[in-house]
Amino acid sequence: MEFLLAILIGLLYASGLYMMLRRSLVKLIIGLILLGNGANLLIFLLGRITKGKPPIIPEESKFFLDAYADPVPQALILTAIVISFGLQSFAIVLIKRAYKVVKTDDLDQMNSTDEFS
Amino acid sequence: MKTIILRTASNYLLPLLLLFSIFILLRGHYLPGGGFVGGLIASIAFVLHAFANGLENTKNLIKMHPGFLMPVGLLVAFLAGVSPALISNLPFMTGIWFPEPLAVIGMVGSALFFDIGVYLVVIGVSLTIIFTITESA
Amino acid sequence: MIQHIVLYPIIVHLLLAILLLFSWNSIKIQKIISAAGSVLSLLVAIWLFSTVWNEGTLTIQAGNWEAPFGITFVADAFAATMVLLTAISGIAVSYFSIGTILKARLKFGYLPILHFLLLGLNGAFLTGDIFNLYVWFEIIIISSFVLITLGGEKKQLEGAVKYFTLNIFASVIFLTAVAVLYGLTGSLNMADLSLKVAAIENRGLVEVTAILFLIGFGIKAAIFPLYFWLPASYHTPPPAVSAVFGGLLTKVGVYALIRVFTLIFVGDAFLETIILTLAGLTLFVGAIGALVQNNISKIFSYLIISHIGFMILGLGLYTEAAIAGAIFYIIHDIVVKTNLFMVSGLIYRLKGTMSMKNLGGIYAKHPLLSLLMLVPLFSVVGIPPLSGFWPKLSLITESFKIENYWLIGAIIFATFITLFVIARIWAEVFWKEGKKLPTIQNFRYFHLLKLEKKIQILGPIAFLAFISLYIGFGAENIQQLAERVGTELMNNQLYIESVLGNIKEQP
Repeated sequence: MEFLLAILIGLLYASGLYMMLRRSLVKLIIGLILLGNGANLLIFLLGRITKGKPPIIPEESKFFLDAYADPVPQALILTAIVISFGLQSFAIVLIKRAYKVVKTDDLDQMNSTDEFS
Repeated sequence: MKTIILRTASNYLLPLLLLFSIFILLRGHYLPGGGFVGGLIASIAFVLHAFANGLENTKNLIKMHPGFLMPVGLLVAFLAGVSPALISNLPFMTGIWFPEPLAVIGMVGSALFFDIGVYLVVIGVSLTIIFTITESA
Repeated sequence: MIQHIVLYPIIVHLLLAILLLFSWNSIKIQKIISAAGSVLSLLVAIWLFSTVWNEGTLTIQAGNWEAPFGITFVADAFAATMVLLTAISGIAVSYFSIGTILKARLKFGYLPILHFLLLGLNGAFLTGDIFNLYVWFEIIIISSFVLITLGGEKKQLEGAVKYFTLNIFASVIFLTAVAVLYGLTGSLNMADLSLKVAAIENRGLVEVTAILFLIGFGIKAAIFPLYFWLPASYHTPPPAVSAVFGGLLTKVGVYALIRVFTLIFVGDAFLETIILTLAGLTLFVGAIGALVQNNISKIFSYLIISHIGFMILGLGLYTEAAIAGAIFYIIHDIVVKTNLFMVSGLIYRLKGTMSMKNLGGIYAKHPLLSLLMLVPLFSVVGIPPLSGFWPKLSLITESFKIENYWLIGAIIFATFITLFVIARIWAEVFWKEGKKLPTIQNFRYFHLLKLEKKIQILGPIAFLAFISLYIGFGAENIQQLAERVGTELMNNQLYIESVLGNIKEQP
């Protein structure tokens, strides 16, 4: 499981970076989304995966008797997902506006701010 | 998208989904669920309604601007966060609870109100975004 | 509980933002709330600062969960200073925005977003938890995205795309670094991380994590090879927005770098060499960039990059005096850079352009205003006794101690180029004979404004100019503050103990 996840994370990072390096705005956003998902999975993987043992103490005992799944990575991922939800919806509105105003989705033609004036 | 099946179904689905979202919201404290997921489900209910009946009808149904839910939700969450400091001089965000559980809802405490705030903010934000995108398309 | 004060700066801005959202329909009420609220936040920041100054580091555990399990908020001298500076810069920008931002932008929630931005800044300075820092960073960038795109002009949107992409990319790298750090240590509390990272035997992995943090924060702070988004975007929004960006946003990156590299990744010769090299190159490249530009607000953007080098340099030298120099520089820089962009806004109001080719003759027409603008312009150079001089002095002295003449060369070069650039601005914009510019229709020139608006534009500039004069002439006090911060940062035991309690007592 860990091995598969590691490969998947590598793929997500690689394809995210590849998409970011394309010139199209839409692909740029897709690249950012893939990268974000890769980072979320990385937290999940590095937080040590423990299957089927929720971090809940049984009613009759005072502390954990067994190995348990760490709840922190899941909380982190949830937070990161919520944040990326906000960022991505903003990004989509932004590229839509940018496409309407600049009339191109080619990043190479969005160079007026770097022009010498 | 305006098929008669979807339109008829959406009228029944809207209250059902809203009820389900509140169920998810309330169950969130001990089981999977919570304000964020509940809020998303509630906004999906309205989006589905908008798909089937047109944006105008959904807006008439909601009556107010969904953006108004944002400050309301923020205020609820904010008050829930500040309440422990005001009531019992504990650090902010400490969970304070009523001693006895209420019927149906279960234990009531500041965390529940915080979640309700999140629920409202999520509905407000996602509906505002989706309505804006749909309008400008 | 006295510890409650730690969260007051955050709470004030959150409450303000909520109130501002409620009064969405009335710009007039929004203006009043924002103006009064900024004063309130300044008072709260002064209160927090004086408490921390007198009683030492304050901590509060959010949710009453014991550290290192809960989220800790820590106000040490460094954080309290940054909160105070945010409040000072925030009050100036708030008034300047009320005076200059167009109604169309105010209608779309400019002021609430501005306070969300200040909320995020205060949170980032006060938090003691690395993941919480990530969350505050996201709040900052989301609100800054809205501020930079508000208005939707062509150049704004183009700038926003670049700003947006690289800042999200930085966040992803930061998140990756947090993930690796959590995998290594199983903790997120910065004080706890400091102890646990020191105990890790696999130094290679620690170094890789440190580099990830360096890149993530480096993009946000705009250090040498990672700065390209800054000059492409900072001149596009209205001057009030540029002012808060230029003054505060890059400094959050610097703050995070200093915090992480004095607390968690300490005493690594390899990293120090990298940071020093980057600092030297940042100074050099930023200065060169400023040299060739013609648009004044673009020049100021490059000056920001160049001067980030001074702060990183202090971190790289890693002695108490050098870090004190960096802190002094941050204090000076936040005030002056905010003011510089407001000055560019004023020049734009006077003439209707920011291009040096067309500007000119401001001194002949408005001698008093020119004198007012002289203060921030020459403070940034650091002509003694103005404020930029003192920190450079201690940075050069410290560089001499390690006999790194290459660094001294970079400092002097950057300072000299800054002097040259500012002198050029002074000559071209103020002294040169003014051209007859075509009058722009419907443009509200400065002399056409009502007295109330004029005060709202000039007041903040005068306020910040006064503060930078104080930093220059009262350098003794600031130096004392900077030295205290430097001592606290170098002896991170104090920070750790105030968060985790006395470690020695624990088994």
